[in-house]
Amino acid sequence: MNLRRVVVTGIGALTPIGNNSDDFRKALATGVSGAAPITHFDASLFKTQFACEVKNFDVQDYIDRKEARKMDPFTQYAMVTVEEAMNDSGLDLDKINLARAGVIWGSGIGGLKTFQDEVTGFATGNGEPRFNPFFIPKMIADISAGFISIKYGFRGPNFVTVSACASATNALIDAFNYIRLGKADIFISGGSEAAVTEAGIGGFNAMKALSQRNDSPETASRPFDKDRDGFVLGEGAGALILEEYEHAVARGAKIYAEIVGGGMSADAYHMTAPHPEGLGASSVMTLALEDAGLDPEAIDYINVHGTSTPLGDVSETKAIQKVFGAHAYKLNISSTKSMTGHLLGAAGAIEALACIFALQDGIVPPTINHFTDDENLDPDLNLTFNKAQQRDLNYALSNTFGFGGHNCSVIFKKHI
Amino acid sequence: MSEIAEKVKAIIVDKLGVEESEVTMEASFTNDLGADSLDTVELIMEFEKEFNLSIPDDQAEQIGTVGQAVSYLEANVK
Repeated sequence: MNLRRVVVTGIGALTPIGNNSDDFRKALATGVSGAAPITHFDASLFKTQFACEVKNFDVQDYIDRKEARKMDPFTQYAMVTVEEAMNDSGLDLDKINLARAGVIWGSGIGGLKTFQDEVTGFATGNGEPRFNPFFIPKMIADISAGFISIKYGFRGPNFVTVSACASATNALIDAFNYIRLGKADIFISGGSEAAVTEAGIGGFNAMKALSQRNDSPETASRPFDKDRDGFVLGEGAGALILEEYEHAVARGAKIYAEIVGGGMSADAYHMTAPHPEGLGASSVMTLALEDAGLDPEAIDYINVHGTSTPLGDVSETKAIQKVFGAHAYKLNISSTKSMTGHLLGAAGAIEALACIFALQDGIVPPTINHFTDDENLDPDLNLTFNKAQQRDLNYALSNTFGFGGHNCSVIFKKHI
Repeated sequence: MSEIAEKVKAIIVDKLGVEESEVTMEASFTNDLGADSLDTVELIMEFEKEFNLSIPDDQAEQIGTVGQAVSYLEANVK
């Protein structure tokens, strides 16, 4: 069976280090931290009092108040980035076949704030079950894809992938596969998350998953540093328009990059801990390479999951060394979560964008906040510490792994 | 306009995002003010909260216009 080619023809971003894709691109290359004290709520009683929030964002600058009221922030973030990506793509809704245009979005949690507010309202009430009629439709993770389809009239396949921190990569791979197989020509894909709430911070704190470096938020996300102490929660969204190659060429679309392969696997090991030898992580990178028909030596850059947790960072580098062998030392490896924090179900979307920018600009974004080497990591790996590195890249691979043992890898090719 | 009518109007303007001038007594929530079925349920809940009363479902279903809401509330708010 002949598989069709898939390219990226539009992008949008709303991140802790840039509220649109241009600002995000510049911030990644500069190496800035998006972490700061939490403003969304009073975090003074929480073990972690900082996060990578979206900044200077007023939803009413983008969405009519009446509409925005029916959306949890995770959907608002989705709508804002999708609008940027759709405008960027130049797609003319009057000229495309809307029945062959779909939406596959990713979100790890969905409407956490809505859930929290409604349940809190009930718990502090007089016991009468008074819930807002929009509670359920606002909260469910799939409503993001629903709202997107309503706005643009895309009537093709429509759903949201939920695989924790692998969700957005899952969405991209699914959209890629549906286009490859000829089931649709265009997808709006990506992911969004808005979990910087009392429940989000408190819940992750209880797992001891978050950094507690309250005296220095901007250096807290330090993947691969000896003194890393957990991830920094981020929020925001990334949107990508995926389009069948010939379809894109026929309309003279601007092409950012090609998606050439994707892999999905499970650790089948533990609820939250990664496999100590990175078994799922190595198998998923191998699957992505096989899917793309590439030798490991073809890859120039890996944007790692690298969340800055003690266990995860080590097992991921072990997996990279297992898959890439001697070539591992020739790779550029970096964790852009050092700058953005961890956007959970949206991470794969903004990290896909980081890979695409690296391919286009020949600039590998850095792993900032490196202070002390960790003796558990091979010192000869190029983890792109502290400063962006210039390098002509042809292929970039993005890893995301989620609680539950979900692993996704996707490979982007430079478009010439 | 009664105090109740003023409050009802303000709630409708806030929840449905409409102009105050559109909220006439004859205006239907669904036909004139753009409400869908969930909006209507939310409006009833807001009336219950604002006026501290409980509107049974069978009576809530009879409230389809601004005027009907005001009449119901004027008759039932203590």
